[in-house]
Amino acid sequence: MTTTLIQQVHPLGGEAVDVLITDAVISQIAPSIDADADVVIDGTGLIGLPGLVDLHTHLREPGREDAETIETGSRAAALGGYTAVHAMANTDPVADTAGVVEQVYNTGREIGLVDVIPVGAVTVGLGGQQLAELGAMADSAARVRVFSDDGVCVSDPSLMRRALEYVKAFDGVIAQHAEEPRLTVGAQMNESELSGKLGLTGWPAVAEESIIARDCLLAEHVGSRLHICHLSTAGSVEIIRWAKSRGVNVTAEVTPHHLLLTEQLAETYDPIYKVNPPLRRAEDVDALRAALKDGTIDIVATDHAPHAAEDKQCEWSAARPGMLGLEQALSITIMTLSNEAGEVDWERVAAVTSTVAAQIGRLAEHGQGIVVGAPANITLLDPTASVVVSGTELASKSHNTPYEGLELPGRVKYTLLRGELTVKNGQAVR
Amino acid sequence: MKRHLLSAADLSRDEAIAVLDTAEQIETSLQGREVKKLPTLRGRTVVNLFYEDSTRTRISFELAAKRLSADVLNFSAKGSSVSKGESLKDTALTLQAMGADAVVIRHNASGSPWQLASWIDGSVVNAGDGTHEHPTQALLDAFTMRKRAGRGVGDGLDGLKVTVVGDVLHSRVARSNVLLLRTLGAEVTLVAPPTLLPVGIETWPCAFGYDLDQALPDADVVMMLRVQRERMNASYFPTEREYARRYGLDAARAGSLAPQAIVMHPGPMNRGMEIAAEVADSARSTVVEQVANGVSVRMAVLYLLLGGAA
Ligand SMILES: [Zn+2]
Repeated sequence: MTTTLIQQVHPLGGEAVDVLITDAVISQIAPSIDADADVVIDGTGLIGLPGLVDLHTHLREPGREDAETIETGSRAAALGGYTAVHAMANTDPVADTAGVVEQVYNTGREIGLVDVIPVGAVTVGLGGQQLAELGAMADSAARVRVFSDDGVCVSDPSLMRRALEYVKAFDGVIAQHAEEPRLTVGAQMNESELSGKLGLTGWPAVAEESIIARDCLLAEHVGSRLHICHLSTAGSVEIIRWAKSRGVNVTAEVTPHHLLLTEQLAETYDPIYKVNPPLRRAEDVDALRAALKDGTIDIVATDHAPHAAEDKQCEWSAARPGMLGLEQALSITIMTLSNEAGEVDWERVAAVTSTVAAQIGRLAEHGQGIVVGAPANITLLDPTASVVVSGTELASKSHNTPYEGLELPGRVKYTLLRGELTVKNGQAVR
Repeated sequence: MKRHLLSAADLSRDEAIAVLDTAEQIETSLQGREVKKLPTLRGRTVVNLFYEDSTRTRISFELAAKRLSADVLNFSAKGSSVSKGESLKDTALTLQAMGADAVVIRHNASGSPWQLASWIDGSVVNAGDGTHEHPTQALLDAFTMRKRAGRGVGDGLDGLKVTVVGDVLHSRVARSNVLLLRTLGAEVTLVAPPTLLPVGIETWPCAFGYDLDQALPDADVVMMLRVQRERMNASYFPTEREYARRYGLDAARAGSLAPQAIVMHPGPMNRGMEIAAEVADSARSTVVEQVANGVSVRMAVLYLLLGGAA
């Protein structure tokens, strides 16, 4: 029996308490605990959060281990405060069978820095033609509940309807990458005045919004759960708000980069800023931030997308879309959810970075926070510290961060997965 | 002049006029010479780095560099840009190691000359990037307009009314021309079907419209853009016939032009599509002059970037 005592931590920014963990479970919370613990953590001045849960991570294994592995991605996740990440299905081979998802799940377990929860592909090979064996993946050891062809939209409305219906049998959810492909042929950046000027083919907002509207109506029609990946436009926010007001069972995520960065960065022609969906206008960023505050957008998801140097140090149109995010997501969420006086709404931070994502993914072990009887998946954050981002110092195997040189607020000091430290004093334990 | 010529917007009015004046001087100094060659860039190396086929532009730059006595290397890298061969960056480092003083780049990816410029020490000249810009084309067009308008050294194009017609959306010639002509004081109007005008056209420093017949009587210069036939399959317009009827410059339309008005085309032309043969071959047409002026203007650009003052 191992015991860990966290002294004088502030759960969700509240009063300081001692937290005792016995055998991976929170066993006692009190203003002061006198226990002979194996591990003692000084939590003075630290904010206690439920271990973060990402619904949208690309770990690249199997297939592109040169860009990221489950191990390097797990380390990046732990350093970012995560205790669970959903590994996207667009690997090589695609995670569209029970065999592949079990392999990803088991590798994550063996590494043990973070729970790696595979996302299953909706269609075979992300081909958009035929449903993958969703039930087999749900029944596998990986217990898949989130299904997505992320990167490729399930654009056939009939197939999307069937997918939504089918996963009801095991309480699954379809996470849609909303992009009408016929409206984004050759698209390279947000369609706008700027794309016209830069001579880069535009990715119009309506390509995202039309699919979200369609899928909300389909989800309503068949009574299923729908999740929309990486919302990027003000119009998408409006549609989600409308759908929720109708009672549609829809949730939505936003990425850290869409909360912070604008299309203006494309002017550099530096593919580090190329991402799908693309960075949008300042008005869109404002709408996304407001929607995260008011609850229209449910969670922050990283869309952490590591890419090898040669896939980014090339012509903009040849570069792969995507950027890193695991190690900066919490800081950017804090920036978004703090008021002008610098006060942070920690309840909301916990909801959007952990609790709600765990609920969408049906992860019973995660997102419960600092309550007696809960699994000890906890993140301790120093809100007064800050980090200057340096790509080469990140734990990720790739360095494609759009935040290079930026000073971001907050630093994860400790991350505990089932009571075991995965991050100690700001350093990964392994 | 700055170190690179990447965008027509890089040129101030004085710099743009200096290029035109230099081209004029170069022409004058070569007149009557048996050997059309100046010693200005002897010992300097100019590389033509062409990722996209364009024999006309490449030969024009090659001739310009050779007439200035530079060593010229032609590096044709067609097809290797997106396919995993040697990357643009590796090629840039190779050229750097070979001591290229200037790299003239034509590439199908918008923005690639900017990336190249960040990787090498020499000068970079944008010879057309994707659907973005083609600044030396704009300079040679301006040079042609200035001559035809009877203006000379030191002059801009103030008050000249230029109508650019056709596929503006995909045209680097149009983008660079709008920027440069504006700098030189001309008034530009773009005419095209709405599908071939970029989003945000309202914010460009020019007028725009959909009706060619309305635009013609007022124009001093009509610049017809080449229509790529593959645009038809993508439904930018219904048929070739309808395009030619609504946006083609046929003899009847040319008849509504003012007597002094000229007709330009960057070539190669689709005769019978955007321009009728009799218009292309008429006295108004500057198509052949544009080609000749292209060499002089590119000489001026290389001279100013690598050798000269101004
Ligand atoms: Zn993704």
